[in-house]
Amino acid sequence: MTPYDIQGLQGRRVKDRIFTSLVWGLTFSCLAVVFIILFYIFEKGIGSLNWAIFSQNPKPVGENGGGMLNAIVGSLMVVSIAAILAIPVGVSVGIYLAENRGRKLSDRIALAVDVLQGIPSIVIGIVIYVWIVKPTGKFSSYSGSIALAIMMLPPIIKNTEETLILIPTTLKEASLALGASYFRTTMKVMLPAGIGGIFSGCIIGIARIAGEVAPLLFTAFGNPALNFNILKPVDTIPKVIFTYASSPYDDWHRIAWGGSVILVSFIILLNTIIKIFESRWKVQF
Amino acid sequence: MEGTILRTENLRVSFGDNLVVKGINMEIGEKKVTAFMGPSGCGKTTILRAINRLHELTPEAKVEGKIFLHSENINEMEAMTVRRRVGMVFQRPNPFPTMSIYENVISGFTLNGIKLKTDEKNHIVEDALKKVALWDEVKDHLKKRATSLSGGQQQRLCLARAVAMKPEVILLDEPTSALDPLSTAKIEDLLYELKGNYTLIIVTHNMQQAARISDMTAFFYLGELLEYDDTKKVFTNPKNEKTQNYITGRFG
Ligand SMILES: Nc1ncnc2c1ncn2[C@@H]1O[C@H](COP(=O)(O)OP(=O)(O)OP(=O)(O)O)[C@@H](O)[C@H]1O
Ligand SMILES: [Mg+2]
Repeated sequence: MTPYDIQGLQGRRVKDRIFTSLVWGLTFSCLAVVFIILFYIFEKGIGSLNWAIFSQNPKPVGENGGGMLNAIVGSLMVVSIAAILAIPVGVSVGIYLAENRGRKLSDRIALAVDVLQGIPSIVIGIVIYVWIVKPTGKFSSYSGSIALAIMMLPPIIKNTEETLILIPTTLKEASLALGASYFRTTMKVMLPAGIGGIFSGCIIGIARIAGEVAPLLFTAFGNPALNFNILKPVDTIPKVIFTYASSPYDDWHRIAWGGSVILVSFIILLNTIIKIFESRWKVQF
Repeated sequence: MEGTILRTENLRVSFGDNLVVKGINMEIGEKKVTAFMGPSGCGKTTILRAINRLHELTPEAKVEGKIFLHSENINEMEAMTVRRRVGMVFQRPNPFPTMSIYENVISGFTLNGIKLKTDEKNHIVEDALKKVALWDEVKDHLKKRATSLSGGQQQRLCLARAVAMKPEVILLDEPTSALDPLSTAKIEDLLYELKGNYTLIIVTHNMQQAARISDMTAFFYLGELLEYDDTKKVFTNPKNEKTQNYITGRFG
């Protein structure tokens, strides 16, 4: 070996070490930021969680106490209806894209999905305001759901598509070779084989919209009373956090922190669900 | 040929500009085992897939000419009907990974929306698994995932899945090429057993296998059918020089 070689080797070793420590450093800072934020939210918020937050509606301005039952119910309502609207559409589009790769139409749809992902949520809120709220003349829970459903579509579509294209074609052929129809092959062979990925796409979609305020400002609007009617406006947790945190009252700040803890816990729960089901529903080909 | 079940008429298959199967005319005998042989890339798989209409999944594939199942032109039949009457076992075992062993065997029925009573199903499953000599190995854990089986067991399961539908023809594309000698021997035994009740077309690179289980042997070369005769004749006294070279291992 010539000295030149050895020199080069040492240089590479140093570079390698620098690069490794850089990666470690960056990974650590990322984790640290997440933990600091979580710690801060829980430190501030956990103390303000009490039974009243879950069981009472807001008190009138100036009175202490009260809770956000109306907003918790509202959030569940708006988000679950958004999911019911978005999941069938998103999964179908994902199937279409996976089955028609390389066609002009599917390229265009894929591009549209990318664009949709980049549209600011406030813009989606305004569009739904113009299309639905204005013509009907009132704010409503369902118009909020529609705005959120649109925001949920990209992750659902992408996860479905990416999951399905990883399923070996031999599986589809096995089903078709038995004389199964295209529809049954999709429903009974392809979707079950990809259920883990599709499911996590849906959950990622829900996690994405659960904390949104902007698209709800002009749609679901807000409602200090408990409401189960999708035709009427509702409060949602993020909306309450937004209003309360920007108010001058200490007790409202407290409730806003409590709401943050509820929201963040919900997101953590969703992510845990994804992890559990991804490993449990892992299909081995 | 008397008792012809399949007949091709100037069958041509191309992928884009690439003509891969160049006008095949042949008749497949009913309840016979026909071996397809020939060097890699000569179009054997392509012919099988044409018979099962699987090329419809490949946009650039084009199938010309005619294939008759009995006297019906398969390209004028419903693809689903053709595939129900002509079963296929692929080169690599491909059981449905989300289904149990039991569900895999019965999948031909469930995937076709055919509703059966539980004891009918049990009967079909047991019968098919016995036919492929898998019953004793799996009868105590029929509820287990099919992918928990070994490769050889999976391939026999795939054969059981095809057999359960009682197809008129079963196409086998190198069914033992991914298997160890013991599993291969088992599958060969099975095919030998099935002989007489089913029409089998088997693609194989294994001369002993072809010699042992087939009645007829077809030798393909670059998309053409060079020789097609009784297996004994093809192996002992091939007419074509290329066949002879292939069989004696001088190329291929
Ligand atoms: N989907 C496809 N697209 C393009 N060309 C293809 C496709 N499938 C097969 N071919 C081509 O067709 C020719 C015949 O392939 P085929 O798989 O039928 O060969 P084979 O006789 O089964 O070979 P082997 O013994 O290796 O399995 C090959 O040249 C192959 O490149
Ligand atoms: Mg082949």
